[in-house]
Amino acid sequence: MSRSIKTRSLIDQTVTVLCVLSTALAIVPLFSVLYYVASRGLGGVNLAFFTELPAPVGEVGGGAANAIVGSLELVGLACLIGIPPGILAGVYLAEYGNSKLGQLVRFSADVMAGVPSITVGLFIYAIVVLQTGHFSAYAGGLSLAIIMLPTVTRTTEELLRLVPEALREAALGLGVSKWRTTVSILLRTALPGVATGIMLAIARVFGETAPLLFTSFSNRYWSDSLNEPTASLPVQIFTYAVSPYEDWHRQAWAAALLLVVFVLLLNVSARLLVRPRV
Amino acid sequence: MTALSTELHPPSEGPLVSTRAPSQVNWGDRVFKVTTAGFAVLIIVTIVAMVLQMSVSAKLSLREFGWGFLTSTDWNPVIGSFGALPFIYGTVVSSLLALAIAVPVSIGVALYLSEMAPEAVRGPLAFSVELLAAVPSVVYGLWGIFALAPLMRDHVEPALRAVFGFLPFFQGPNQGFGLLTGSVVLAIMITPTITSVSREVFRAIPRTFREAALALGATRWESIRTGVLPIARPGLVGAAILGLGRALGETMAVTMLIGNRPEISASLFAPSYTMASVIANEFTEATEDLYLAALAEIGLLLFAVTILLNLVARLLVWRVSASPGGRS
Repeated sequence: MSRSIKTRSLIDQTVTVLCVLSTALAIVPLFSVLYYVASRGLGGVNLAFFTELPAPVGEVGGGAANAIVGSLELVGLACLIGIPPGILAGVYLAEYGNSKLGQLVRFSADVMAGVPSITVGLFIYAIVVLQTGHFSAYAGGLSLAIIMLPTVTRTTEELLRLVPEALREAALGLGVSKWRTTVSILLRTALPGVATGIMLAIARVFGETAPLLFTSFSNRYWSDSLNEPTASLPVQIFTYAVSPYEDWHRQAWAAALLLVVFVLLLNVSARLLVRPRV
Repeated sequence: MTALSTELHPPSEGPLVSTRAPSQVNWGDRVFKVTTAGFAVLIIVTIVAMVLQMSVSAKLSLREFGWGFLTSTDWNPVIGSFGALPFIYGTVVSSLLALAIAVPVSIGVALYLSEMAPEAVRGPLAFSVELLAAVPSVVYGLWGIFALAPLMRDHVEPALRAVFGFLPFFQGPNQGFGLLTGSVVLAIMITPTITSVSREVFRAIPRTFREAALALGATRWESIRTGVLPIARPGLVGAAILGLGRALGETMAVTMLIGNRPEISASLFAPSYTMASVIANEFTEATEDLYLAALAEIGLLLFAVTILLNLVARLLVWRVSASPGGRS
């Protein structure tokens, strides 16, 4: 090193400052989004927002009751369809996954996690909407389930592998069958972690918009059944945000506030449930 | 041990301990293995079905336009003429631009969080960056329309024109909605991905590498430059590619901010269109079979490219974490 110690420590400090600045720069948008959503959204949140249907185009007022219920229905369906297969596939990977098949499944799950969500929508449109002839909550829930599936699978696998080997050996040593060991001991021990993973997966699909555009579509009224086009908060935010109406913008912010609060709550409680790994 | 033993006695309906002779086949185990394997295989089946179905959906367009689909700039549903080049251009340019913004920032954040930050702030800061990934895309879009786009139009774009206005990229009217704004929102959205993978890569490198450099009298930055970055490089490239994969497929925020006009313009201020956006905007309006097939072909293309990128990225990240010694 021919540079003097002064220059070298100056370079060192410059780099440190740059890294601090990058961190600040990365976090500023988060606080800006939170600030905007809170300050603009609060004005739109009132009783009507939770209890009324959207007002006819051009009229002021109305709410997003159908979209709130619709979102819960869609995410509920996604959980019913996506979580059990995800957990079982995860169990397979953790217990028998060192095979060729296991490798292939793991790879497929990774591929699936990287697939753009809009192409999942295209897929479900082709196999469900076109076949049944109409948009439905089932189609929307199914597309969200496909998005959840790889996350749930990989989380389950990862957490089952973290369970101490001694627990498994103790159970097997007592003559407990392998499947009972897995279900009653390993899965049960890993449960908090798996629950956390599932919460994060729910948080993610709750805000998903792209795959719903042509599966559950939208609806300005209540849906009579899950077999009908169904409104959802994210799609409503999209429609309202790009519309020219002032009152719709207000409602879009209110819906965004609801969405963000829900997603943050899920993330924070998931964080509290499991000790940070930093 | 008492805490452990409660874990070992879960509520059970039947006898937990088997009374069978050891030689007997345990049918429960067999059924269990086959069932879980069935659901595992379901994942493979879904992915394969997606590829096949998308190809079938796109068949009409594939047959009609062939390779010309990728090079034609004519997108005119009225006369049934479809070319994907404007969308490919918009997707590639916005994603690369987002990468150019996000990679230096993310690596800075990752370095700060894993090498420099005081212990007390690491957790909260890392969590904040993770929360960036939790905000739904459509909320970024909404924020973009009312906060980012005006900021870009009134401040960032005029400033860029004042300094770099002699370049064709920074000419033309500043509209707020366009390629540059789309790229900025993409950069925000992929920063958490690149940061967390980069941190993972840094964490996989043994402390001794840094300590060796420090012991020889290196400053902290010199120890990072000589003991961390060379080994981390393939992993960081992998992190960037994973970010690129996310950017390519990102739909809502970009759709709301990029201006949605299928034109190729040298100016970054001009409106553009991406592959994911055109599907989001036009798929439900498309009534003709050829139109639908053309959109499906764009989806197929997007699908194929993201799979490929993910594959390459994972191989690169794996190379660092699988060999802690790296290329030392």
